[in-house]
Amino acid sequence: MKSAGPVSGSRSFLAKLRNGDEIARLVTLIFATTVVLITAGLVWELWVNSALPRQKFGFSFFVTSVWDPIMDQFGALPFIYGTMVTSAVALVIAVPLGIGAAIFLAELAPPRVSDILQFFIDLLAAVPSVIYGLLGVFIVVPLMRTVIYPALNKPFGYLPIFKGPSYGVGFMTAGIVLAIMVIPYIISVSREVLLSVPRDQREAALALGSTRWESTWKVVVPFAKTGIMGSIFLALARALGETMAVTMVIGNTPKIAASLFAPGYSIAAVIANEFTEATGDLYLQSLIALGLVLFLLTFILNGLARLLIVVTTQKGSEVGG
Amino acid sequence: MKRIAGITIGVLALCAIVLADNALLINGAGATFPYPIYSKWFDVYHTNNPNFQFNYQSVGSGAGIKQVTEGTVDFGATDGPMNDDQLKAYQDKHGSGILHFPTVLGADVPTYNIQGVTGALNFTPEALAGIFLGKVTKWNDPAIAGPNKGVSLPAADIVVVHRSDGSGTTYIWTDYLSKVSEEWKSKVSKGTSVNWPVGLGGKGNEGVTGLIKQTPNSIGYVELIYAVQNNIPYGSVKNSSGGFVKADLASVTAAAAGAAKQMPDDFRVSITNAPGKTAYPISSFTWLLIPQKFQDAPKRDAIKGFLKWMLADGQNSVEALSYAKLPKEVVEKEKKAINNIQ
Repeated sequence: MKSAGPVSGSRSFLAKLRNGDEIARLVTLIFATTVVLITAGLVWELWVNSALPRQKFGFSFFVTSVWDPIMDQFGALPFIYGTMVTSAVALVIAVPLGIGAAIFLAELAPPRVSDILQFFIDLLAAVPSVIYGLLGVFIVVPLMRTVIYPALNKPFGYLPIFKGPSYGVGFMTAGIVLAIMVIPYIISVSREVLLSVPRDQREAALALGSTRWESTWKVVVPFAKTGIMGSIFLALARALGETMAVTMVIGNTPKIAASLFAPGYSIAAVIANEFTEATGDLYLQSLIALGLVLFLLTFILNGLARLLIVVTTQKGSEVGG
Repeated sequence: MKRIAGITIGVLALCAIVLADNALLINGAGATFPYPIYSKWFDVYHTNNPNFQFNYQSVGSGAGIKQVTEGTVDFGATDGPMNDDQLKAYQDKHGSGILHFPTVLGADVPTYNIQGVTGALNFTPEALAGIFLGKVTKWNDPAIAGPNKGVSLPAADIVVVHRSDGSGTTYIWTDYLSKVSEEWKSKVSKGTSVNWPVGLGGKGNEGVTGLIKQTPNSIGYVELIYAVQNNIPYGSVKNSSGGFVKADLASVTAAAAGAAKQMPDDFRVSITNAPGKTAYPISSFTWLLIPQKFQDAPKRDAIKGFLKWMLADGQNSVEALSYAKLPKEVVEKEKKAINNIQ
């Protein structure tokens, strides 16, 4: 492929315009710049509109856990904690399930079955989050209280993460609902990546005498590692920012608790809940500051993810698709 | 060809209708709680007076106060009166004041889900404050069991449910608790969102109701209208005269009548824990926020006309939507106050 940079030579600018290359380059450049501009504008708006809490609380905004709109005390820690814990629970559940399903669909299932199942998975990805919230309220919450909680609390109740009472709503319930929401993303992307692994890789492994599973697990999956990682980060991004479904099942209590059964709160949920009725500039700006925190959190985690990919792919191979 | 011509004529006709409907547009924004009645009022008023078109956005009381202060809307609406700081901010920006006009009344009711209890419970102010402070933690606590003789209350932990979104409903509830409990007033105070000592948060009336239905031995509060329209059972609350009163349209209006005698001239009054034997104690007005001075005379006259209509004919349609009417004394006082709009 030719590089997109300016070509120095005998062809005049006009000639390039005439054959369309230059026009295409300019138009797509503008589109690409828009993305950067939107991101920059977003950060700028969030930064400018969160000046008050920055001045008043400074760094302590990140590490205090009182959220009191009446006394004008705002701390982001319980929300940061809730966002990270629910996303972590979601990934712990969704990653093995999603990748396992993707391996089955790409490597083991008959192509017809795989295509039909893929259709349903794509359908799941398109379901609005409020529907998942309702699923959470009517199915996961009662199940949590009557089945999951006793099953985990009785044998493992001595562990801090399974201690204490359960109201049905809480970190774990939110994590489970998030897991259900992000699994389609992991399956869809991972399946595509696995399918794009060149055929000769599999054939070489089989020719060397490995079993079907050995060729899948030791050759195909490592080959597709980068792409699978990508699907996980897409899922993480979705989990971090999910608002509606989380607020319906997390309990909306700004407290930090070790127990996964305890109610909590997430950044996106508190912004959605309190923004409309936020009176007073400090209150409103503290909510905007929370938005900035969420942005930073996503940014940092994305950066770490890229770093992880770079580090792990240095010894592995590159994905073909 | 014929079809295109037909469509063109249709579009032109539509344009003509839109252009002909050059009604004076008056924009308002604010409270969500009175939105159903406001939208009905504005619709009926527009039908009767095609020259005026009111456009109301139910964006929340806080946003209503903010927008009317910034001057982006012609009037605001709120479930909790503006405080002195907010009034000062308005005065500083516009050089004139803003007036509160009560429109209808609403109330909060305690609703609960206790295993084995089906009848309506009686709640004292002490019990409600204790429960929401996290001090009364068992359903069979004497504070609850005392006024509910004959009801077998379980020794189960109480799960408190409150609103997670900022809301006028929360304002009324916390305003009431601040009046009946010194501890609540100093520890939590009143507002559309507060730092709750205990409990789970549900989004909206439906979120609170959903959590209560899902959680055994829970208690929360919802708007009276919501409870009535959805057949949600709720308890009675002891008023300042010592009687247990169940919220309904009559007992809410009675609370307003009890407070009407001491109604201040600016109508910024809280009627929670109001005097009167039949008064329901967790009631409140909801207000329209009208600027005292208008630059635009036609808009001013339109709003004054609407207020007069709202206080007369408008009041007749509120009960159909489960809002309580304004008491007569308040209506008379408001009619006089309309003259202050210049």
